[in-house]
Amino acid sequence: MNFLTDRKRATGLGSGGTGAQHHWLTIATSLSLVVLVPLFVFTFGYAVGHSLEEVLAFYSSPCIAIITALCLVGGIIHLKTEVDEAVEDYVGGIKRKLTLIAVAGFCYTLMAAGLFALLKLAIQ
Amino acid sequence: MADVNRGNRPLSPFMIGPYYRPQMTSISSIMVRITGIASLGSVFLAICWFLAAASSETAFNFFNGLYGSWIGNIVMLAAAWAIWYHMLGRVRHVIWDFGYCLDVETSEKMGWGMFIGATVLTVLTALVFLIF
Repeated sequence: MNFLTDRKRATGLGSGGTGAQHHWLTIATSLSLVVLVPLFVFTFGYAVGHSLEEVLAFYSSPCIAIITALCLVGGIIHLKTEVDEAVEDYVGGIKRKLTLIAVAGFCYTLMAAGLFALLKLAIQ
Repeated sequence: MADVNRGNRPLSPFMIGPYYRPQMTSISSIMVRITGIASLGSVFLAICWFLAAASSETAFNFFNGLYGSWIGNIVMLAAAWAIWYHMLGRVRHVIWDFGYCLDVETSEKMGWGMFIGATVLTVLTALVFLIF
């Protein structure tokens, strides 16, 4: 006799083993892109091509620094769900798990490096 | 059942090409994934620029000069198109996920909207930077 309920059987399934959590994260961060993408395209696009002093002055403005930090963190979280989904579709077994860990390592390194650089620009 | 085939399920097959005719719905959806992964590359390039600016004037001048050159500008425009497209494509997925516009005709229209919308937004972005 099987005592497992249907819900229990479904827990942890899904290609990444995380059920609906990943799908919901993608929906939520997708909507955040509508705000973050224009902010990042126009602030970063403006900064590139200016001199270092101008760039330092630009990013030491609290508003610009906070916007950029938000864009880096929110954007990378969203893009990580995107790459995870591709890995879950096309890589299987233990390779999938190792690739997902490598992707997470890459994404969080980018996030940490970007935030450090931004902080240094903002308070220099 | 809980104890059957937990880890060894089949992968999704790669269908585009001989098995599956390219259509507006499929191609526009695949482009969302391609532009998403490409945008992580764009973020990497942007963070190189930030790190260079935080490190030294020499490093900053190298990256700033590279990104400010005409070839750098073309790459930045392509990156802008990709992220605009991805943003629009993700909005379409959210609309679908909430259960709206699931019929083929509307989905195809939204696909065209993504390609045209991303192009218009990229041209607008370029114009904003040319004017200001």
